Amino acid sequence: MTVTTRPPTGSAPGPASSRPSLSDRLGARLSALPTVAALLIFVGMIIYGEAAYGRIVQFNTLSNLLVNNSHLIILAVGLTFVILTGGIDLSVGAVIAFSSVAGVMLSNAGWHPVAAVLVMVLIGSALGLVSGVLIQYFGVQPFIATLATMFLARGLASMLSTVPERLADDSAIRDLAAQLKIVDGDKVNDLVITPGVIAAIVIVVVGFTVLHRTRFGRTVYAIGGSEQSATLMGLPVTATKLGIYVISGTLAGIAAVVYTSRLGSAQNITGIGWELDAIAAVVIGGTLLTGGTGFVLGSVVGALVLGLMNVLITRDGGIRPEMTTIITGGILLVFVILQRVLAARRRGEQA
Amino acid sequence: MTGAPPIVEMKDISISFPGVKALDEVDFRLFPGEVHTLMGENGAGKSTLIKALTGVYKIDSGEILVDGEERRFGGTADAQAAGIATVYQEVNLCSNLSIGENVMLGHEVRGPFGINWKATHRAAAEVLSTLGLDHLDLRRPLSTLSLAVQQLVAISRAMITKPKVLILDEPTSSLDANEVANLFTVIRRLRGQGVAILFVTHFLDQVYMISDRITVLRNGAFVGEYPTRELDRTTLISKMIGKDFATLRSLGSERQSHHYEPRGEPLLRAEDLGRKGSTEPTDLELHQGEVLGLAGLLGSGRTELARLLYGADRPDSGTVWLRGKKTDIHNPTSALGHRIAFSSENRRDEGIIRDLTVRENLVLAVQAKRGWFRPLTRKEQDALTRKYLTELNVRPADPERPIKFLSGGNQQKVLLGRWLATEPDLLILDEPTRGIDVGAKAEIQAAVAALAAKGVAVVFISSELEEVVRLSDRIIVMKDHRKLAELENGPHVTAETIVAVIADEGDDEEGDTE
Repeated sequence: MTVTTRPPTGSAPGPASSRPSLSDRLGARLSALPTVAALLIFVGMIIYGEAAYGRIVQFNTLSNLLVNNSHLIILAVGLTFVILTGGIDLSVGAVIAFSSVAGVMLSNAGWHPVAAVLVMVLIGSALGLVSGVLIQYFGVQPFIATLATMFLARGLASMLSTVPERLADDSAIRDLAAQLKIVDGDKVNDLVITPGVIAAIVIVVVGFTVLHRTRFGRTVYAIGGSEQSATLMGLPVTATKLGIYVISGTLAGIAAVVYTSRLGSAQNITGIGWELDAIAAVVIGGTLLTGGTGFVLGSVVGALVLGLMNVLITRDGGIRPEMTTIITGGILLVFVILQRVLAARRRGEQA
Repeated sequence: MTGAPPIVEMKDISISFPGVKALDEVDFRLFPGEVHTLMGENGAGKSTLIKALTGVYKIDSGEILVDGEERRFGGTADAQAAGIATVYQEVNLCSNLSIGENVMLGHEVRGPFGINWKATHRAAAEVLSTLGLDHLDLRRPLSTLSLAVQQLVAISRAMITKPKVLILDEPTSSLDANEVANLFTVIRRLRGQGVAILFVTHFLDQVYMISDRITVLRNGAFVGEYPTRELDRTTLISKMIGKDFATLRSLGSERQSHHYEPRGEPLLRAEDLGRKGSTEPTDLELHQGEVLGLAGLLGSGRTELARLLYGADRPDSGTVWLRGKKTDIHNPTSALGHRIAFSSENRRDEGIIRDLTVRENLVLAVQAKRGWFRPLTRKEQDALTRKYLTELNVRPADPERPIKFLSGGNQQKVLLGRWLATEPDLLILDEPTRGIDVGAKAEIQAAVAALAAKGVAVVFISSELEEVVRLSDRIIVMKDHRKLAELENGPHVTAETIVAVIADEGDDEEGDTE
């Protein structure tokens, strides 16, 4: 006894059929396709870079790729949570500016480095909470709410200081960027890792686990699918949405620590446009801006694609650095179009 | 059922919205192991009562007892915790997630490393199999299922919490007969397990098929509670409407006696009209003053054919002649220009604009037809609105009320008015009577008959075969996205005739013989 009367036209599957066709199996995995595509492009870029410029597939290049982009990866993880619910967080770049300027000034004022770092992270959490409360309790659109938080954070950073604040040379915070050699290659070709990179890896693993193995994470996906359904299913929608903005803010605070420790200074204009880089990374990694579909690991790949692109442009030498953003935009466009095509295919399967 | 105390008792429940008293001291009781139907016209307060019981709305006064204990629900989660599960008319699941996950969301089995997906899927499979859904692959996205199966998945989900009370809010409005039968098997099984089931529907047949007791509401007030076998249909309807049956009859259309003989040039003639994946090449003819019924099961391609006629989808084969001239109707605007109007089956998403007033909703199509640079004056708008509010008997006849505050039947009348205001020669109505009450239904049918008498050609699509038979001059029966047969309507044609046509045509590819 079948319960559908819909005729099995085209790829629409009859549930009674015992062996799933290829399109069936593809259908189940279709949502991962953009992420796979991002991974393929990343590998393709590495192969192309190695062939065209050389010295890409070697320890120091790949280490630097991770070290230089660990803050972006951390931001992208936070934005993945937000975008999965169908929201957006524009404040993260400005949060980094405020958090890092405050952290450096506190540290230079004689605060214990642990306390300074803690404050930096908590500044992020607090600003995330502000966005979340605006969105959840005042019904403000995420775009506008986080825009307001962005202006607030940028303004607070500027009130603290408008000049570069240099972290004292002997500050323990700098140790967070200390390079630990894992493989000692010839000359400078070493595989190195920094506490910042370790933090990024831990955050990615934790982010993945939370999204895929906790009820909180599944609620994030459910909200992205249909917030109304999630509410009617009795899921804790309000708490979850507050939570994701706090997560995004907190991760921005951690990214501020990672970035500041590496650079050794902070300024109120740090991080302008980084929220957009992070959003680009998330989208390239296959997360739909409408929410409900996407993966943390995809966002990591997205961040690395952006980072590697910068490396390749530098190596090429013939491409003017000003063109970087045009190329970023081009890549982004290709991925969004790819997602549109896939979404249309999925709709076709339903019809 | 007798003797046992009620599992749910609602006493003197009142709820007000700005300007409306939605519920006025309503009583309601629900016993374990019964199917209890809540009946009433649109706007009678059924949905409001259910939402009070599920914690969506807060009650202004009165008390809700569950298992003898007074409860105050702050939200849906509270009601769920008290053992009340709900399945809504629109499937409220997440289509981006897998079938199994939709069943288990919020109730996943957890282990030391977070959610244990294996155990979670096992639990989902278990509950799905109790509803006869063993064949589903839990890992596939929900979106791959038909609406009917999604509805059953939603019920499975509701059963996860082992509720004592299951509320089904018009679960059958988008199911066909076969699927309804399936659903009823499930409902009877649950009733046998002692679950108290509150069932809301507009289909009288279904009420008598499944329910043990009936509570009737009218205009937000309690009319009475009756055992189903002691309440015949006529009495039930008159209790719902508050008029006796003779008055009701006179509302019905006089169409049955009327039969139109097409003469001369057809208004519209289509040859091989089709679109890959949606409609097989189809021929059809339509004369002035004729009602052409499109009958068929849900998903048989009725809507798709209508959309081709209206230019909402582009045909990729065939030719259309309009008033004898070869015409290319490539989008809705050009269709309006050719005096073809289309009222969508999806009232909520493609029909009304919830926050606009009745007047604004009504004049939309006329305005679009005139072009936005020649706005209708307020006077013209008022005149149009007044005309159609009276003609179609829209209640309340307040042009400045936001349309979302009207009941479904009255919203539908406003939509009908919207298209009539464009003075179409051809009007396509896709499920104009779905989900609306008997009174409004009769009024809409009467309006369609009156239109045909005035010379308008009407394409009438409905899942209710009786309605198609009653209204149509000719009936096109559709199945599997193609035209199966064309019937001249007459005394010999009944709903059974159409069912026979659909059934005769082989169960070759479906295997859904019972």
